[in-house]
Amino acid sequence: MFGDYSLGDLGSIFVMQGFAGLILFSVYVLMALGLAIIFGQMGVINMAHGEFMILGAYVTWMTSNLFQTYMPSLFGGYFFLAMILAFLASGALGMLVEWALIRHLYKRPLDTLLATWGLSLMLQQAYRSVFGAREVGVELPQWMLGSLQVTSSIEVPINGVFVMCLTVLITIGVAYVMYMSRWGRQVRAVVQNRIMAGAVGINTEKVDRYTFGLGCGIAGVAGSAFTMIGSTGPTSGQLYIVDTFLVVVFGGAASLLGTIASAFSISQTQSTLEFFMSGSMAKVLTLLAVVGILMLRPQGLFALKVRK
Amino acid sequence: MTDNRFFNRSELIGILVLAVFLVVVLPLTLDVFRLNLVAKYLTYAFVALGLVICWGYGGILSLGQGVFFGLGGYCMAMFLKLEASSVENTKIQSTPGIPDFMDWNQITALPLFWKPFHSLTLTIAAIILVPGIFALIIGTAMFKRRVGGTYFAIITQAVAAILTILIVGQQGYTGGINGMTDLRTLKGWDIRPDHAKIVLYFFEVGCLFVCIMIAQFVRHSKLGRILVAMREKEDRVRFSGYSVANFKIFAFCIAAVFAAIGGAMFALNVGFMSPSFVGIVPSIEMVIYTAVGGRLSILGAIYGTLLVNFAKTSLSETFPELWLFGLGGLFIAVVLAFPNGLAGIWGDYVQPRIDRLISSRKPKPEGWTDGSVADGAPAE
Repeated sequence: MFGDYSLGDLGSIFVMQGFAGLILFSVYVLMALGLAIIFGQMGVINMAHGEFMILGAYVTWMTSNLFQTYMPSLFGGYFFLAMILAFLASGALGMLVEWALIRHLYKRPLDTLLATWGLSLMLQQAYRSVFGAREVGVELPQWMLGSLQVTSSIEVPINGVFVMCLTVLITIGVAYVMYMSRWGRQVRAVVQNRIMAGAVGINTEKVDRYTFGLGCGIAGVAGSAFTMIGSTGPTSGQLYIVDTFLVVVFGGAASLLGTIASAFSISQTQSTLEFFMSGSMAKVLTLLAVVGILMLRPQGLFALKVRK
Repeated sequence: MTDNRFFNRSELIGILVLAVFLVVVLPLTLDVFRLNLVAKYLTYAFVALGLVICWGYGGILSLGQGVFFGLGGYCMAMFLKLEASSVENTKIQSTPGIPDFMDWNQITALPLFWKPFHSLTLTIAAIILVPGIFALIIGTAMFKRRVGGTYFAIITQAVAAILTILIVGQQGYTGGINGMTDLRTLKGWDIRPDHAKIVLYFFEVGCLFVCIMIAQFVRHSKLGRILVAMREKEDRVRFSGYSVANFKIFAFCIAAVFAAIGGAMFALNVGFMSPSFVGIVPSIEMVIYTAVGGRLSILGAIYGTLLVNFAKTSLSETFPELWLFGLGGLFIAVVLAFPNGLAGIWGDYVQPRIDRLISSRKPKPEGWTDGSVADGAPAE
């Protein structure tokens, strides 16, 4: 399958496919970060995670429309406000859901799966009723259009570069919050031993609520980034949810580094394979490899050792 | 409960009521079109029945039952499709004698894995064995390594995703997204006219009762008790010297085979099979049928399947917008408020009143115990 291309062509193909893979990687990482916090730290299977992401995407779309109508001069900067609004909207909805639904189910992790699946169906229908069944696309500001010419045969789109930088910043931010801040220490303490954490004076219920809210908020930011590279519809989130769960499980739940490593390997494998065969076969092979490796190494790539 | 009978008195009454309902009441009151719809719903009841054993009793939540439903359905559909694609039926094709979708995709010879489906015996064997062996492989790989709970659920879901993508992608071999349509005859007997639909309905109900009996047997045997023990305290069962993995594999395989029989019935009764019954969404819907009916109740799962599907058909016919809200709300309500589903409501509220009514008329016989209490609620 390599015979038809010259060496230079192959190099360009790998770079371009690799770059396309990096955009997929960004979406995976942003979605998986929130999920890794919720699933890895709290043990809750949030099947509605994709819908929290789509909420962020719709908020971004509304903000861009608002800027276009009322403040066209500031349109270039709408994205930064949209991102914050998306984080707040998804985070607030997440905390509401935690209060109304999830907190009753902490002792039954499998049931959270069913309940959040029900929630995702309701959210999808709500989006369809409010925003319509058609997919909406966000108009990109001028400075994000076009692409950077790296060499004569390699060019990379600017919005892709922007999404990647954003991913890196958010990842560093989450890592800082989880590992450096007082609140992150509290979260990890609750995960490792809920009873003892409560005994030393941590308000575990409050920690749970904010953790869930943070995870959902990051999903909202992921939705903002998602609008840069794809169009948003009521069921767009569902397409990613199984992939994202595999990313989290493959990386080893509760390990941020593992999540990033697995998102990188899965997205690069898929993107590189996609050039040489049909997209569906590339996806099948990637998923099969992940499931196969998980059968051999169920704890994932990077496992956190916790005494049960 | 500890003796070796398949059921106690109240369960026997329950099964008889269901039999009368399915064999006498429904065929007499519904026209053929509606009866065929019931037949379609009942194919999911096989899956729900398997989930009662696997999820309710064994505590193994599989989100990939659509895979086995699909494998069984595709095995049956492949046989029917081959019969419908005889040389004289397909003489306008460039290669006569192969299914039409292969001809459209420039395949000139029947692929090797299609060959066994010329024979009905081999097909029936395949309906049981292919999903059974597939479940055995997945189960062995997972349970021997003590992967369970949420991880197992996610991985079965990934398997469902893989199989759907594969079926859709390999259009020439599987019929792609349209699936296998235009199935006509079974050994020369036309399955499409009304009288054939009625015969197939009764055949399906017969198979369903055989599966109910098997499920009852599993539940009342020592095996069923070990499954419950395993669900409640896996480590203790392991320390008592039982191989937990083998029991889990067995429960998973039996659920897979039930689902496959349901799939085969689907292909026969509905007349086609497509990847839309294989993927993640149908698999999760099948779990909700079981949850609504009651994950611990064999009969409850069947009523749950019928009820949810009736609601789906009538709601989505009249208020398509409301249906997803209704289904989503049902998921949440069942999980939050009624973890034991319809059977739980029946056992907690309705049955005690009936019992009180009966016992107020005549004194309770000595040593008479209520079977529904012994099942117990899942202490999760």
